[in-house]
Amino acid sequence: MSERGNTPRPQADMAMEITLGKLLRLGVLVAAAVVAAGGLLLIISRGNWTPDYAAFHDAISPLRSVGGILREAYALQADGIVQTGILLLIATPVLRVVFSLFGFARQRDWLYVVLTLVVLTILSVGLVGWKT
Amino acid sequence: MSYFVLSSLLFAGSLLAGLLGALTGLGGGVVIIPLITLAFGIDIRYAIGASLISVIATSSGAAAAYVREGYTNIRIGMFLEVATTFGALGGAAIAGFLSTGTIAVVFGVVLASTALQSFRTSHDVPGAAVSDRAALRLRLNGEYPLDGGRQTYNVTGVAPGFALMLIAGGLSGLLGIGSGAVKVLAMDRIMRIPFKVSTTTSNFMIGVTAAASAGIYIARGYVVPEIAMPVMLGVLAGSLAGSRVLVATRTVILRRLFAWVVIVLAAEMIFNGITGRI
Repeated sequence: MSERGNTPRPQADMAMEITLGKLLRLGVLVAAAVVAAGGLLLIISRGNWTPDYAAFHDAISPLRSVGGILREAYALQADGIVQTGILLLIATPVLRVVFSLFGFARQRDWLYVVLTLVVLTILSVGLVGWKT
Repeated sequence: MSYFVLSSLLFAGSLLAGLLGALTGLGGGVVIIPLITLAFGIDIRYAIGASLISVIATSSGAAAAYVREGYTNIRIGMFLEVATTFGALGGAAIAGFLSTGTIAVVFGVVLASTALQSFRTSHDVPGAAVSDRAALRLRLNGEYPLDGGRQTYNVTGVAPGFALMLIAGGLSGLLGIGSGAVKVLAMDRIMRIPFKVSTTTSNFMIGVTAAASAGIYIARGYVVPEIAMPVMLGVLAGSLAGSRVLVATRTVILRRLFAWVVIVLAAEMIFNGITGRI
């Protein structure tokens, strides 16, 4: 068997990749728009405030969990809206991995379905299963 | 300094950093952490949080442009992401136990080696004549467009490449950077993947790797909206603008100049880390 024969259907990969690339760009643009909207509110509401970030504040904050962030955003708090945009941004590459899973499954490439599931498991451990 | 002034300056600085990072190929996030810590005196943990977020933004933002050119190898990317995401979790876990001074020193060393690596302009690593068995089994060999036709390539060194990717992921999780330089080194030099394929596939992996540790950073309070907002928007705008500027021969000079700036910043990070100023 030649090594050339081992090249997996490039056209199918390519079509999938172009869709995924567009998805990524859309995700980033939406996330950036949400961050910018929240940022504008942040500057309007707190523009004159003098922040101090020279030392790390290890205070309990609702902005440190997904539930808290969404509650703050729902209450139209500027910092909650910015963090929601950041969550959307983080979700973008994760979504790409989810879509790759469907792509590999459609190609019946079970080895890569399994590898993609491993990556998704690691990602979920980092995103939800970690408490400091 | 009022928040209005601080966020405007952070945005402007990040814009410039993203622009230079894209023009020189050194990456947008590479000078963000020194900028935030050295110029603004902000705690390095906030800088790392903001940098990680902007790394996700630039990587995903550039993916659409890269993908269309047909160089990205999605199988190499997915296979190596197993290593980088796992390493990123480890790196983010370790970061919680290290002092900020230690993190600053590690950051300085990584930054300096990234800059030194950029002085090497030739990428003429000969392609692998035969691929190793793991590459065949994992179907990593691929092809890319070249002179109107398609050029096939073989992949080798799968095991050492995978191991180096664990380290690349670890550095990304520890320092909030893309560690694109280590990723390209592993794919370029060890796995013998053609340069264009390795750079685009590396970019494709950076966002996923960063997403693995981002949740941990948020839970620890490293990602504060007041700092992450101007930095992420600035780096994203700068790198998108930078990737649209026509690449001229002058970028070689710019690249050298920027690499020297990065080396000075790296030295300052190491010095401040050792003397306990960070």
